[in-house]
Amino acid sequence: MIRYLLGKLAESAIAIWGVVTIVFFVTRILGDPSALLLPIGASPEEMARLQADLGLDQPLFLQYLSYLGNIATGDFGQSFQFGRPAMGVVLERMPATMELAFTALILGTLLGVVAGTIAALNRGRLAELVVMLFALLGQATPVFWLGIMLILFFAVDLRWLPTGGYGTPAHLVLPAFTLAVFVSASIARLLRSNLLDVLKEDYVRTARAKGLMPRVILVWHVGRNALIPVVTMIGIIMGELLGGSVVTETVFSWPGVGRLIIQAIETKDFPVIQAGVALIAFIFVVINFAIDLLYGLLDPRIRERR
Amino acid sequence: MRSFFSALLRSKAGLFGWIILSIFVLAALLAPVLGLDSPVRGSLSARLDPPTWTGLFSPGPHPLGTDQLGRDILSRIIYGSRVTLAVAAAAVILGGIVGVGLGIVAGYFRGMTDRILMRLVDIQLAFPLMLLALLVVAALGPSLRNIIIVLALTSWIRYARIIRGQVLAVREREFVQSARAIGSGTLRIMFRHILPNVLTPALVVGTLELARVIIMDAALSFLGLGVPPPAPSWGRMLADGRTYLSTAWWIVTFPGLAIVLTVLSVNLVGDWLRDYFDPKQRGLK
Repeated sequence: MIRYLLGKLAESAIAIWGVVTIVFFVTRILGDPSALLLPIGASPEEMARLQADLGLDQPLFLQYLSYLGNIATGDFGQSFQFGRPAMGVVLERMPATMELAFTALILGTLLGVVAGTIAALNRGRLAELVVMLFALLGQATPVFWLGIMLILFFAVDLRWLPTGGYGTPAHLVLPAFTLAVFVSASIARLLRSNLLDVLKEDYVRTARAKGLMPRVILVWHVGRNALIPVVTMIGIIMGELLGGSVVTETVFSWPGVGRLIIQAIETKDFPVIQAGVALIAFIFVVINFAIDLLYGLLDPRIRERR
Repeated sequence: MRSFFSALLRSKAGLFGWIILSIFVLAALLAPVLGLDSPVRGSLSARLDPPTWTGLFSPGPHPLGTDQLGRDILSRIIYGSRVTLAVAAAAVILGGIVGVGLGIVAGYFRGMTDRILMRLVDIQLAFPLMLLALLVVAALGPSLRNIIIVLALTSWIRYARIIRGQVLAVREREFVQSARAIGSGTLRIMFRHILPNVLTPALVVGTLELARVIIMDAALSFLGLGVPPPAPSWGRMLADGRTYLSTAWWIVTFPGLAIVLTVLSVNLVGDWLRDYFDPKQRGLK
């Protein structure tokens, strides 16, 4: 187990290094920020001085090294629009993003597990058809369009809920539900097909033959094994939720990191873009690390393999 | 070919997917001869006209209404599908060429090459794809070519992973062993013997990727980072229509429905292809 853990830890470290490296080189293509920071008509000398201040006159490789050194301490530079450390600006927005992502994840997982189980236990009946139809539609519907449609219906027409914004539980309902639909669709489809696989296993037949109660078999023999792949799926879904936050937060005017990144792109606030993207990717890596550990705990075969 | 069609007729979902997808592709191809209004020039006297069939006041023949500039929504959806489908198909093919190529290389050579390539895949998977796409589009600037490159960039990893796994199995098969024994070159073995055997899984991955790429393309243009105007795009129609949510629901409703139907049909076709080529999986997914 220790070897498994260390292996995963090394993989995560390499992934984080890879991500910050991509962020560095991609944002360098974005152009020279000194041209944006100075007023139009600044003299070449002023330009050169600013470039020297920002370290932009040094060879790219040295810039990269000092970038790595800086971000190891969480220093992504000063935000151009806010004039404060970029990481601080991003961290302020983080709670809102996490609140939305986790609410949606929990709600969607519950919905998906219930729907997937209903579908598997009602093979060939109407209930299965209905669940699978909704799951297929849920996977094909872009989150931002579903969000707009829900706003149109519940906020514009019925006026039950606010069209967007942040603060009260009422503001959380529409965005969380929108994302939960997407989450539950993926989980329901996966869980249903896992359950059908596991139900065919010999140990389930043995358990039935022993005369165990169906409910006991469903939870202890079938459920545990069918849920393992779902755990992996949750990692992938978290990536979609965090990455997709740029879209959902824009639709619902939700003041999270995603919306901040979009604003930063519009104003070419590179330090904020870098800090926001790196932080979200970092969280995603940490979540996947946690999921790998959980996976190893749930399934002894995985940790023994190495 | 006959078994292809009889298998198709037996699967209602697969058939539905193929029919809807064919309608969209045909409409996209035939757009110039369908007698549609211009998708880019509107008439200001026809601003925000509701769909004709709603029975509300609507002077022009606009089956799905008009937008804030008086442009026909149906025409914009169909012309938008040309852009969306072409961009998505190009991205998936480009990503497929790169992904299948690297997958074959990794699976065939194994060892260090394999480890480096797969680590690269892992690193990219650690990056939420939407953020990666956003970052790169913001860096390169939104243009038709750049959008295709960015979407392909998010796509190659899935091919590479699956194809590598397939190649690991195929390279041990007898015909590859014997090709090696008679002294065939590495390139010849990879292209003549291994490639044809991994094309089917690549096709299945490609179809499912197409669905994902269509949504991502729409999301990028929704955020204003898609194919630039005046080319109509589904995502931007949604973004524009948001402003008129309380007065003109049709602007946001129909382009979204077009996305859902396209993605749904592509997914159904992909699921069906997977079952068709891999009967062991049939009825499970």
